[in-house]
Amino acid sequence: MSKIAIVGVGQTTCTRSKIDTFEEMVFEAASKALADAGAEIGDIDNVVTVSNDFWDGRTISSMAVQEAAGSWGKDVSTVEGDGTFGALYGMMRILSGSFDTTLVVSHMKGSESIMNLITNAMFDPIYQRGMGIDATSAAALQARSYMTMSGATEEDFARVSVKNHGNAKNNPYAQLPMKITVGDVMASRKIAEPLKLLDCSPIGDGAAAVVLSNKKGLKRFRKEPVWIKGVAHCSDSFTLGYRDLAKSRALKEAAQKAYKMAGIKKPLKDLDVAELYDAYSYMELMWYEGLGFAPEGKGYELIRENATGMKGELPVNPSGGVVSSHPVFVAGMVRLIEATLQVRGEAGKRQVKGAKTALAHGINGPCGQAHCVYVVGA
Amino acid sequence: MNDKKREDVELLSISSGEASQPFDWSVGKHGSYFLQQLRDNKKIVGIKCPGCQRVYVPPRPVCGHCFKGLTLDDIIPVSDEGTIYVCTIVQFGFVDPSTGIQRPVPYTWAFVKLDGADTCLTHFLDSTDAEKVKVGARVKAVFEEKRTGNLMDIKHFAVL
Repeated sequence: MSKIAIVGVGQTTCTRSKIDTFEEMVFEAASKALADAGAEIGDIDNVVTVSNDFWDGRTISSMAVQEAAGSWGKDVSTVEGDGTFGALYGMMRILSGSFDTTLVVSHMKGSESIMNLITNAMFDPIYQRGMGIDATSAAALQARSYMTMSGATEEDFARVSVKNHGNAKNNPYAQLPMKITVGDVMASRKIAEPLKLLDCSPIGDGAAAVVLSNKKGLKRFRKEPVWIKGVAHCSDSFTLGYRDLAKSRALKEAAQKAYKMAGIKKPLKDLDVAELYDAYSYMELMWYEGLGFAPEGKGYELIRENATGMKGELPVNPSGGVVSSHPVFVAGMVRLIEATLQVRGEAGKRQVKGAKTALAHGINGPCGQAHCVYVVGA
Repeated sequence: MNDKKREDVELLSISSGEASQPFDWSVGKHGSYFLQQLRDNKKIVGIKCPGCQRVYVPPRPVCGHCFKGLTLDDIIPVSDEGTIYVCTIVQFGFVDPSTGIQRPVPYTWAFVKLDGADTCLTHFLDSTDAEKVKVGARVKAVFEEKRTGNLMDIKHFAVL
Protein backbone atom coordinates (compact mmCIF):
# COMPACT_ATOMS: atom_id res chain seq x y z
CA MET A 1 0.00 0.00 0.00
CA SER A 2 1.29 3.48 -0.80
CA LYS A 3 1.66 5.70 2.22
CA ILE A 4 -0.99 8.13 3.38
CA ALA A 5 -0.20 10.99 5.75
CA ILE A 6 -2.25 13.09 8.14
CA VAL A 7 -1.19 16.67 7.38
CA GLY A 8 -3.82 18.73 9.18
CA VAL A 9 -6.10 18.30 12.19
CA GLY A 10 -8.79 20.47 13.77
CA GLN A 11 -11.35 20.07 16.53
CA THR A 12 -13.88 22.20 18.35
CA THR A 13 -14.33 21.97 22.08
CA CYS A 14 -16.84 19.35 23.16
CA THR A 15 -19.63 20.82 25.28
CA ARG A 16 -23.02 19.76 26.55
CA SER A 17 -24.83 22.11 24.22
CA LYS A 18 -23.63 24.55 21.59
CA ILE A 19 -25.62 27.35 20.02
CA ASP A 20 -23.54 26.80 16.88
CA THR A 21 -25.27 25.02 14.01
CA PHE A 22 -23.80 21.93 12.32
CA GLU A 23 -22.51 24.31 9.69
CA GLU A 24 -20.68 26.59 12.11
CA MET A 25 -19.11 23.70 14.00
CA VAL A 26 -17.88 21.97 10.85
CA PHE A 27 -16.59 25.25 9.42
CA GLU A 28 -14.60 25.81 12.60
CA ALA A 29 -13.10 22.32 12.54
CA ALA A 30 -12.40 22.33 8.79
CA SER A 31 -10.84 25.79 8.90
CA LYS A 32 -8.64 24.76 11.82
CA ALA A 33 -7.52 21.59 10.01
CA LEU A 34 -6.67 23.55 6.85
CA ALA A 35 -4.83 26.23 8.81
CA ASP A 36 -2.96 23.50 10.69
CA ALA A 37 -1.89 21.98 7.36
CA GLY A 38 -0.89 25.38 6.02
CA ALA A 39 -3.38 24.88 3.23
CA GLU A 40 -6.44 26.39 1.64
CA ILE A 41 -9.65 24.76 0.47
CA GLY A 42 -8.31 24.76 -3.10
CA ASP A 43 -5.63 22.29 -2.01
CA ILE A 44 -8.33 19.72 -1.26
CA ASP A 45 -9.26 17.30 -4.05
CA ASN A 46 -12.29 15.67 -2.44
CA VAL A 47 -14.32 15.75 0.76
CA VAL A 48 -15.77 13.07 3.01
CA THR A 49 -18.36 14.07 5.59
CA VAL A 50 -19.41 11.98 8.58
CA SER A 51 -22.96 12.31 9.85
CA ASN A 52 -26.08 10.37 10.71
CA ASP A 53 -29.59 11.27 9.64
CA PHE A 54 -31.26 10.03 12.82
CA TRP A 55 -29.00 12.05 15.09
CA ASP A 56 -29.32 15.16 12.92
CA GLY A 57 -33.07 14.83 12.49
CA ARG A 58 -32.90 15.29 8.73
CA THR A 59 -32.28 13.06 5.75
CA ILE A 60 -29.13 13.52 3.65
CA SER A 61 -27.75 15.20 6.76
CA SER A 62 -24.40 15.63 5.01
CA MET A 63 -25.87 18.48 2.98
CA ALA A 64 -26.27 20.60 6.12
CA VAL A 65 -22.48 20.94 6.10
CA GLN A 66 -21.76 21.19 2.38
CA GLU A 67 -20.59 24.80 2.46
CA ALA A 68 -18.83 24.39 5.77
CA ALA A 69 -16.86 21.40 4.49
CA GLY A 70 -15.82 23.36 1.42
CA SER A 71 -17.33 20.67 -0.78
CA TRP A 72 -19.40 22.86 -3.05
CA GLY A 73 -18.14 22.04 -6.54
CA LYS A 74 -16.05 19.13 -5.32
CA ASP A 75 -16.47 15.38 -5.17
CA VAL A 76 -18.12 14.72 -1.79
CA SER A 77 -19.49 11.60 -0.17
CA THR A 78 -20.51 10.58 3.30
CA VAL A 79 -19.82 7.92 5.88
CA GLU A 80 -22.64 7.27 8.31
CA GLY A 81 -20.61 5.98 11.20
CA ASP A 82 -17.67 6.80 13.41
CA GLY A 83 -15.07 9.32 12.25
CA THR A 84 -12.31 6.71 12.22
CA PHE A 85 -14.26 4.93 9.47
CA GLY A 86 -14.75 8.27 7.71
CA ALA A 87 -11.00 8.87 7.72
CA LEU A 88 -10.45 5.32 6.47
CA TYR A 89 -12.79 5.98 3.57
CA GLY A 90 -11.05 9.30 2.90
CA MET A 91 -7.81 7.36 2.73
CA MET A 92 -9.31 4.78 0.37
CA ARG A 93 -10.41 7.54 -1.97
CA ILE A 94 -6.79 8.65 -2.28
CA LEU A 95 -5.63 5.05 -2.69
CA SER A 96 -8.16 4.60 -5.49
CA GLY A 97 -5.88 6.83 -7.54
CA SER A 98 -8.54 9.46 -8.19
CA PHE A 99 -7.33 12.04 -5.66
CA ASP A 100 -4.15 13.16 -3.91
CA THR A 101 -5.80 14.87 -0.93
CA THR A 102 -8.97 14.44 1.16
CA LEU A 103 -10.63 16.59 3.80
CA VAL A 104 -12.69 14.51 6.24
CA VAL A 105 -15.12 16.28 8.58
CA SER A 106 -17.46 14.99 11.27
CA HIS A 107 -20.06 16.63 13.47
CA MET A 108 -22.49 15.80 16.25
CA LYS A 109 -25.07 17.69 18.23
CA GLY A 110 -26.21 15.25 20.85
CA SER A 111 -27.93 18.16 22.61
CA GLU A 112 -30.71 18.43 20.04
CA SER A 113 -32.40 15.08 20.51
CA ILE A 114 -32.95 12.34 23.02
CA MET A 115 -30.05 9.88 23.06
CA ASN A 116 -32.11 6.97 24.35
CA LEU A 117 -34.65 7.27 21.56
CA ILE A 118 -32.00 7.68 18.87
CA THR A 119 -29.95 4.73 20.01
CA ASN A 120 -33.09 2.66 20.59
CA ALA A 121 -33.76 3.16 16.89
CA MET A 122 -30.51 1.42 15.93
CA PHE A 123 -31.98 -1.86 17.10
CA ASP A 124 -34.23 -4.18 15.15
CA PRO A 125 -37.70 -2.64 15.13
CA ILE A 126 -39.57 -5.93 15.17
CA TYR A 127 -37.76 -7.83 17.87
CA GLN A 128 -35.67 -5.43 19.98
CA ARG A 129 -36.86 -1.82 19.96
CA GLY A 130 -40.05 -2.61 21.79
CA MET A 131 -37.99 -3.78 24.75
CA GLY A 132 -36.70 -0.24 25.17
CA ILE A 133 -33.09 -1.32 24.66
CA ASP A 134 -30.73 1.60 23.98
CA ALA A 135 -26.96 2.21 23.92
CA THR A 136 -26.72 2.43 27.69
CA SER A 137 -28.86 -0.55 28.63
CA ALA A 138 -27.02 -2.62 26.01
CA ALA A 139 -23.69 -1.46 27.45
CA ALA A 140 -24.85 -2.49 30.90
CA LEU A 141 -25.49 -5.99 29.56
CA GLN A 142 -22.01 -6.06 28.08
CA ALA A 143 -20.38 -4.75 31.27
CA ARG A 144 -22.10 -7.48 33.29
CA SER A 145 -21.10 -10.15 30.82
CA TYR A 146 -17.49 -8.92 30.83
CA MET A 147 -17.40 -8.95 34.66
CA THR A 148 -18.65 -12.52 34.68
CA MET A 149 -16.01 -13.65 32.18
CA SER A 150 -13.04 -11.74 33.61
CA GLY A 151 -13.54 -11.17 37.31
CA ALA A 152 -13.19 -7.40 36.76
CA THR A 153 -15.08 -5.46 39.42
CA GLU A 154 -17.16 -2.28 39.42
CA GLU A 155 -14.22 -0.63 41.20
CA ASP A 156 -12.01 -1.49 38.21
CA PHE A 157 -14.46 0.31 35.94
CA ALA A 158 -14.43 3.23 38.36
CA ARG A 159 -10.62 3.39 38.15
CA VAL A 160 -10.90 3.95 34.39
CA SER A 161 -13.38 6.75 34.98
CA VAL A 162 -11.09 8.37 37.59
CA LYS A 163 -8.04 8.17 35.28
CA ASN A 164 -9.77 9.53 32.21
CA HIS A 165 -11.77 12.33 33.86
CA GLY A 166 -8.50 13.33 35.57
CA ASN A 167 -6.57 13.31 32.28
CA ALA A 168 -9.29 15.49 30.76
CA LYS A 169 -8.10 18.30 33.05
CA ASN A 170 -5.09 18.62 30.74
CA ASN A 171 -7.24 18.81 27.60
CA PRO A 172 -8.80 22.19 26.73
CA TYR A 173 -11.23 20.47 24.33
CA ALA A 174 -12.69 18.02 26.87
CA GLN A 175 -16.24 18.30 28.20
CA LEU A 176 -15.92 16.87 31.72
CA PRO A 177 -12.51 17.44 33.29
CA MET A 178 -12.91 16.24 36.86
CA LYS A 179 -10.82 15.23 39.83
CA ILE A 180 -12.83 12.35 41.24
CA THR A 181 -12.23 9.26 43.32
CA VAL A 182 -13.26 5.63 42.97
CA GLY A 183 -15.67 6.33 45.83
CA ASP A 184 -17.27 9.19 43.87
CA VAL A 185 -17.87 6.91 40.89
CA MET A 186 -19.24 4.12 43.08
CA ALA A 187 -21.58 6.56 44.84
CA SER A 188 -22.81 8.20 41.64
CA ARG A 189 -26.40 7.64 40.51
CA LYS A 190 -27.21 4.15 39.24
CA ILE A 191 -28.01 4.20 35.54
CA ALA A 192 -28.29 0.56 34.52
CA GLU A 193 -26.67 -1.93 36.80
CA PRO A 194 -23.64 -2.29 36.96
CA LEU A 195 -23.17 1.12 35.31
CA LYS A 196 -23.36 4.33 37.28
CA LEU A 197 -23.49 7.92 36.06
CA LEU A 198 -19.72 8.42 36.14
CA ASP A 199 -19.18 5.20 34.15
CA CYS A 200 -21.16 6.68 31.27
CA SER A 201 -19.96 9.24 28.76
CA PRO A 202 -21.83 12.53 28.39
CA ILE A 203 -23.33 12.87 24.90
CA GLY A 204 -22.22 16.30 23.71
CA ASP A 205 -21.75 18.67 20.79
CA GLY A 206 -18.58 18.91 18.75
CA ALA A 207 -16.91 18.64 15.37
CA ALA A 208 -13.55 17.50 14.04
CA ALA A 209 -11.65 17.42 10.77
CA VAL A 210 -8.52 15.87 9.30
CA VAL A 211 -6.62 16.50 6.07
CA LEU A 212 -5.10 13.43 4.39
CA SER A 213 -2.57 13.33 1.58
CA ASN A 214 -0.46 10.93 -0.43
CA LYS A 215 3.22 11.62 -1.10
CA LYS A 216 2.45 13.49 -4.31
CA GLY A 217 0.04 15.85 -2.57
CA LEU A 218 2.46 16.71 0.25
CA LYS A 219 4.01 19.67 -1.54
CA ARG A 220 0.73 21.56 -1.08
CA PHE A 221 1.12 21.48 2.70
CA ARG A 222 3.52 23.01 5.16
CA LYS A 223 2.97 20.63 8.05
CA GLU A 224 5.34 17.76 8.75
CA PRO A 225 3.35 14.61 7.85
CA VAL A 226 2.30 11.99 10.38
CA TRP A 227 2.09 8.68 8.55
CA ILE A 228 -0.65 6.10 8.85
CA LYS A 229 1.56 3.05 9.37
CA GLY A 230 -1.20 0.55 9.82
CA VAL A 231 -4.98 0.60 9.68
CA ALA A 232 -7.68 -2.07 9.70
CA HIS A 233 -11.30 -2.54 10.57
CA CYS A 234 -13.57 -5.45 11.33
CA SER A 235 -17.23 -5.85 12.19
CA ASP A 236 -18.87 -8.38 14.48
CA SER A 237 -22.53 -9.37 14.29
CA PHE A 238 -25.03 -6.52 14.62
CA THR A 239 -27.40 -8.68 16.62
CA LEU A 240 -26.27 -8.60 20.22
CA GLY A 241 -27.70 -12.03 20.80
CA TYR A 242 -25.31 -13.48 18.21
CA ARG A 243 -22.16 -12.21 19.86
CA ASP A 244 -19.93 -13.12 22.77
CA LEU A 245 -20.43 -9.76 24.44
CA ALA A 246 -17.49 -10.25 26.81
CA LYS A 247 -14.86 -10.75 24.11
CA SER A 248 -14.26 -8.49 21.17
CA ARG A 249 -13.45 -10.74 18.27
CA ALA A 250 -13.74 -7.85 15.80
CA LEU A 251 -11.24 -5.69 17.69
CA LYS A 252 -8.78 -8.55 17.92
CA GLU A 253 -9.01 -9.07 14.17
CA ALA A 254 -8.66 -5.36 13.33
CA ALA A 255 -5.74 -4.89 15.73
CA GLN A 256 -3.80 -7.87 14.41
CA LYS A 257 -4.14 -6.63 10.84
CA ALA A 258 -3.13 -3.08 11.73
CA TYR A 259 -0.18 -4.30 13.80
CA LYS A 260 1.02 -6.50 10.95
CA MET A 261 0.99 -3.54 8.56
CA ALA A 262 2.77 -1.31 11.05
CA GLY A 263 5.28 -3.93 12.24
CA ILE A 264 4.00 -3.85 15.83
CA LYS A 265 4.94 -7.10 17.61
CA LYS A 266 4.45 -6.29 21.29
CA PRO A 267 1.82 -3.56 21.41
CA LEU A 268 2.29 -2.70 25.10
CA LYS A 269 6.00 -2.09 24.43
CA ASP A 270 6.04 -0.93 20.84
CA LEU A 271 3.33 1.71 21.22
CA ASP A 272 4.03 4.94 23.12
CA VAL A 273 0.44 6.10 23.64
CA ALA A 274 -3.08 4.93 22.79
CA GLU A 275 -6.39 6.77 22.38
CA LEU A 276 -9.37 4.42 22.75
CA TYR A 277 -13.13 4.78 22.33
CA ASP A 278 -14.30 4.27 25.93
CA ALA A 279 -17.96 5.28 25.58
CA TYR A 280 -18.44 3.57 28.96
CA SER A 281 -15.65 3.04 31.49
CA TYR A 282 -15.68 -0.78 31.29
CA MET A 283 -15.04 -0.66 27.56
CA GLU A 284 -11.48 0.54 28.02
CA LEU A 285 -10.63 -2.67 29.90
CA MET A 286 -12.21 -4.83 27.20
CA TRP A 287 -10.37 -2.92 24.50
CA TYR A 288 -7.04 -3.50 26.31
CA GLU A 289 -7.68 -7.18 25.76
CA GLY A 290 -8.85 -6.90 22.17
CA LEU A 291 -5.81 -4.77 21.36
CA GLY A 292 -3.46 -7.27 22.97
CA PHE A 293 -2.28 -4.94 25.75
CA ALA A 294 -3.40 -7.60 28.23
CA PRO A 295 -4.40 -11.28 27.99
CA GLU A 296 -8.10 -12.08 27.72
CA GLY A 297 -9.88 -11.45 31.01
CA LYS A 298 -6.88 -9.62 32.50
CA GLY A 299 -7.48 -6.06 31.32
CA TYR A 300 -8.25 -4.94 34.87
CA GLU A 301 -4.66 -5.72 35.94
CA LEU A 302 -3.37 -2.81 33.83
CA ILE A 303 -5.68 -0.30 35.47
CA ARG A 304 -5.01 -1.66 38.96
CA GLU A 305 -1.24 -1.33 38.36
CA ASN A 306 -1.72 2.12 36.80
CA ALA A 307 0.13 0.84 33.72
CA THR A 308 -2.11 2.95 31.49
CA GLY A 309 -1.84 6.15 33.56
CA MET A 310 0.18 9.13 32.32
CA LYS A 311 3.32 7.73 33.97
CA GLY A 312 2.60 4.09 33.15
CA GLU A 313 4.10 1.77 30.57
CA LEU A 314 1.49 2.71 27.95
CA PRO A 315 -0.56 5.84 28.69
CA VAL A 316 -4.12 5.32 27.46
CA ASN A 317 -6.40 8.29 26.76
CA PRO A 318 -4.19 11.18 27.90
CA SER A 319 -6.94 13.38 26.38
CA GLY A 320 -9.49 12.09 28.86
CA GLY A 321 -10.99 9.72 26.33
CA VAL A 322 -14.59 9.38 25.33
CA VAL A 323 -15.94 8.87 28.85
CA SER A 324 -15.13 12.55 29.48
CA SER A 325 -16.27 13.88 26.04
CA HIS A 326 -18.62 12.08 23.71
CA PRO A 327 -19.66 13.74 20.50
CA VAL A 328 -20.89 10.53 18.84
CA PHE A 329 -19.17 9.84 15.46
CA VAL A 330 -16.77 12.73 16.08
CA ALA A 331 -15.19 10.94 19.03
CA GLY A 332 -13.25 8.38 16.95
CA MET A 333 -11.86 11.09 14.71
CA VAL A 334 -10.77 12.96 17.83
CA ARG A 335 -8.84 9.84 18.88
CA LEU A 336 -6.99 9.97 15.54
CA ILE A 337 -6.35 13.70 15.98
CA GLU A 338 -5.04 13.17 19.50
CA ALA A 339 -2.74 10.37 18.31
CA THR A 340 -1.44 12.70 15.59
CA LEU A 341 -0.83 15.53 18.07
CA GLN A 342 1.05 13.12 20.36
CA VAL A 343 3.37 11.97 17.55
CA ARG A 344 4.01 15.60 16.55
CA GLY A 345 4.78 16.53 20.16
CA GLU A 346 1.96 19.10 20.03
CA ALA A 347 -0.36 17.64 22.67
CA GLY A 348 0.32 20.39 25.21
CA LYS A 349 -0.20 19.44 28.85
CA ARG A 350 -1.43 15.98 27.87
CA GLN A 351 1.72 15.20 25.86
CA VAL A 352 3.36 11.81 26.46
CA LYS A 353 7.04 12.66 26.41
CA GLY A 354 8.89 11.41 23.35
CA ALA A 355 5.85 9.67 21.81
CA LYS A 356 6.74 8.38 18.35
CA THR A 357 4.16 5.70 17.70
CA ALA A 358 0.52 6.12 18.67
CA LEU A 359 -2.63 4.03 18.37
CA ALA A 360 -6.10 5.42 17.68
CA HIS A 361 -9.30 3.41 17.91
CA GLY A 362 -12.94 3.95 17.00
CA ILE A 363 -16.13 1.92 17.30
CA ASN A 364 -19.45 1.69 15.50
CA GLY A 365 -22.71 0.01 16.37
CA PRO A 366 -24.05 -1.29 19.67
CA CYS A 367 -21.49 -2.43 22.25
CA GLY A 368 -18.53 -1.95 19.94
CA GLN A 369 -19.87 -3.98 17.04
CA ALA A 370 -17.26 -2.73 14.57
CA HIS A 371 -13.76 -1.50 15.34
CA CYS A 372 -11.25 0.58 13.41
CA VAL A 373 -7.62 0.64 14.54
CA TYR A 374 -4.88 3.02 13.39
CA VAL A 375 -1.17 3.02 14.14
CA VAL A 376 0.41 6.37 13.31
CA GLY A 377 4.00 7.55 13.47
CA ALA A 378 6.41 10.21 12.29
CA MET B 1 -43.25 -26.07 3.56
CA ASN B 2 -46.36 -27.94 2.56
CA ASP B 3 -49.49 -26.26 1.25
CA LYS B 4 -51.39 -26.78 4.47
CA LYS B 5 -48.87 -24.67 6.42
CA ARG B 6 -48.83 -22.05 3.70
CA GLU B 7 -52.56 -21.59 4.09
CA ASP B 8 -52.17 -21.19 7.84
CA VAL B 9 -49.72 -18.27 7.58
CA GLU B 10 -51.38 -15.03 8.47
CA LEU B 11 -49.14 -12.14 7.42
CA LEU B 12 -48.51 -9.83 10.38
CA SER B 13 -47.02 -6.38 10.74
CA ILE B 14 -45.68 -4.35 13.66
CA SER B 15 -46.71 -0.73 14.06
CA SER B 16 -44.29 1.93 15.24
CA GLY B 17 -47.13 3.05 17.49
CA GLU B 18 -47.30 6.53 19.00
CA ALA B 19 -43.52 6.91 19.10
CA SER B 20 -42.30 10.43 18.46
CA GLN B 21 -38.84 11.88 18.10
CA PRO B 22 -38.72 15.54 19.09
CA PHE B 23 -35.74 17.70 18.07
CA ASP B 24 -34.66 21.16 19.18
CA TRP B 25 -32.51 22.49 16.36
CA SER B 26 -30.30 25.45 17.11
CA VAL B 27 -30.93 28.27 14.66
CA GLY B 28 -27.50 29.79 15.38
CA LYS B 29 -26.66 33.46 15.81
CA HIS B 30 -27.28 34.43 12.20
CA GLY B 31 -30.61 32.67 11.95
CA SER B 32 -31.69 34.00 15.34
CA TYR B 33 -31.02 37.58 14.25
CA PHE B 34 -33.02 36.99 11.07
CA LEU B 35 -36.01 35.59 12.97
CA GLN B 36 -35.85 38.31 15.62
CA GLN B 37 -36.01 40.96 12.90
CA LEU B 38 -39.09 39.28 11.44
CA ARG B 39 -40.72 38.99 14.83
CA ASP B 40 -39.86 42.38 16.34
CA ASN B 41 -39.56 44.74 13.36
CA LYS B 42 -41.27 43.04 10.42
CA LYS B 43 -37.96 43.44 8.59
CA ILE B 44 -36.13 40.94 6.39
CA VAL B 45 -32.36 40.77 6.52
CA GLY B 46 -29.70 38.98 4.48
CA ILE B 47 -25.95 38.61 4.71
CA LYS B 48 -23.44 39.95 2.20
CA CYS B 49 -20.22 38.05 1.58
CA PRO B 50 -17.36 40.57 1.56
CA GLY B 51 -15.57 38.26 -0.92
CA CYS B 52 -18.01 37.63 -3.76
CA GLN B 53 -20.62 40.26 -2.72
CA ARG B 54 -23.40 37.67 -2.85
CA VAL B 55 -26.34 38.43 -0.56
CA TYR B 56 -27.86 35.37 1.09
CA VAL B 57 -31.40 35.38 2.52
CA PRO B 58 -31.76 34.06 5.18
CA PRO B 59 -28.28 34.95 6.46
CA ARG B 60 -25.91 32.01 6.91
CA PRO B 61 -22.54 31.69 8.67
CA VAL B 62 -20.50 30.49 5.70
CA CYS B 63 -20.22 31.55 2.06
CA GLY B 64 -19.84 28.26 0.21
CA HIS B 65 -18.54 29.96 -2.93
CA CYS B 66 -15.63 31.58 -1.12
CA PHE B 67 -15.33 29.11 1.82
CA LYS B 68 -15.41 32.21 3.99
CA GLY B 69 -16.95 32.70 7.42
CA LEU B 70 -19.55 35.47 7.63
CA THR B 71 -20.12 37.49 10.80
CA LEU B 72 -23.15 39.30 12.17
CA ASP B 73 -21.50 42.52 10.90
CA ASP B 74 -22.05 41.26 7.36
CA ILE B 75 -25.83 41.27 7.85
CA ILE B 76 -27.68 43.88 5.78
CA PRO B 77 -31.34 44.74 5.29
CA VAL B 78 -33.12 43.59 2.14
CA SER B 79 -36.52 44.58 0.78
CA ASP B 80 -39.80 42.93 1.75
CA GLU B 81 -40.70 43.09 -1.93
CA GLY B 82 -39.34 40.92 -4.67
CA THR B 83 -39.93 38.86 -7.78
CA ILE B 84 -41.20 35.33 -8.25
CA TYR B 85 -38.22 33.28 -9.42
CA VAL B 86 -40.32 30.15 -9.78
CA CYS B 87 -43.63 28.94 -8.35
CA THR B 88 -46.13 26.11 -8.34
CA ILE B 89 -49.79 25.72 -7.50
CA VAL B 90 -50.00 22.58 -5.40
CA GLN B 91 -53.06 20.41 -5.87
CA PHE B 92 -52.48 17.71 -3.27
CA GLY B 93 -52.78 17.86 0.48
CA PHE B 94 -49.80 17.80 2.79
CA VAL B 95 -49.90 17.77 6.56
CA ASP B 96 -47.14 19.99 7.99
CA PRO B 97 -45.17 17.61 10.24
CA SER B 98 -44.26 20.49 12.58
CA THR B 99 -47.79 21.71 13.20
CA GLY B 100 -50.04 18.86 12.15
CA ILE B 101 -52.02 21.38 10.09
CA GLN B 102 -53.00 20.61 6.52
CA ARG B 103 -52.94 23.56 4.13
CA PRO B 104 -56.12 24.16 2.14
CA VAL B 105 -55.80 22.68 -1.34
CA PRO B 106 -54.90 24.17 -3.73
CA TYR B 107 -52.14 26.47 -2.49
CA THR B 108 -49.19 28.17 -4.08
CA TRP B 109 -45.62 28.31 -3.04
CA ALA B 110 -42.74 30.07 -4.64
CA PHE B 111 -39.08 30.93 -4.60
CA VAL B 112 -39.07 34.68 -4.11
CA LYS B 113 -35.98 36.71 -4.96
CA LEU B 114 -36.24 39.74 -2.71
CA ASP B 115 -34.87 43.04 -3.97
CA GLY B 116 -31.29 43.23 -2.80
CA ALA B 117 -30.84 39.46 -2.44
CA ASP B 118 -29.03 36.97 -4.66
CA THR B 119 -30.78 33.91 -3.28
CA CYS B 120 -34.44 32.96 -3.14
CA LEU B 121 -36.64 32.64 -0.08
CA THR B 122 -39.16 29.81 -0.11
CA HIS B 123 -42.67 30.86 0.93
CA PHE B 124 -46.39 30.70 0.20
CA LEU B 125 -48.25 33.10 -2.09
CA ASP B 126 -51.71 34.53 -1.39
CA SER B 127 -53.12 33.60 -4.78
CA THR B 128 -53.92 30.41 -6.66
CA ASP B 129 -54.88 32.29 -9.80
CA ALA B 130 -52.70 30.88 -12.57
CA GLU B 131 -53.05 34.13 -14.46
CA LYS B 132 -51.47 36.13 -11.62
CA VAL B 133 -49.02 33.59 -10.21
CA LYS B 134 -46.25 33.74 -12.79
CA VAL B 135 -42.49 33.81 -12.96
CA GLY B 136 -41.36 37.41 -12.84
CA ALA B 137 -44.50 38.68 -11.01
CA ARG B 138 -43.92 41.17 -8.19
CA VAL B 139 -44.74 40.14 -4.61
CA LYS B 140 -44.68 41.71 -1.14
CA ALA B 141 -44.40 40.08 2.27
CA VAL B 142 -47.51 40.11 4.46
CA PHE B 143 -46.69 39.72 8.15
CA GLU B 144 -48.78 37.98 10.80
CA GLU B 145 -50.23 40.15 13.55
CA LYS B 146 -48.93 37.79 16.23
CA ARG B 147 -45.32 36.83 15.56
CA THR B 148 -43.26 34.21 17.37
CA GLY B 149 -39.80 34.24 15.74
CA ASN B 150 -40.50 31.79 12.96
CA LEU B 151 -40.44 31.97 9.16
CA MET B 152 -44.24 31.79 9.33
CA ASP B 153 -44.19 35.26 10.92
CA ILE B 154 -44.41 36.10 7.23
CA LYS B 155 -47.97 34.93 6.58
CA HIS B 156 -47.39 34.77 2.84
CA PHE B 157 -46.30 36.92 -0.08
CA ALA B 158 -49.06 38.89 -1.77
CA VAL B 159 -48.96 39.02 -5.53
CA LEU B 160 -49.00 42.72 -6.48
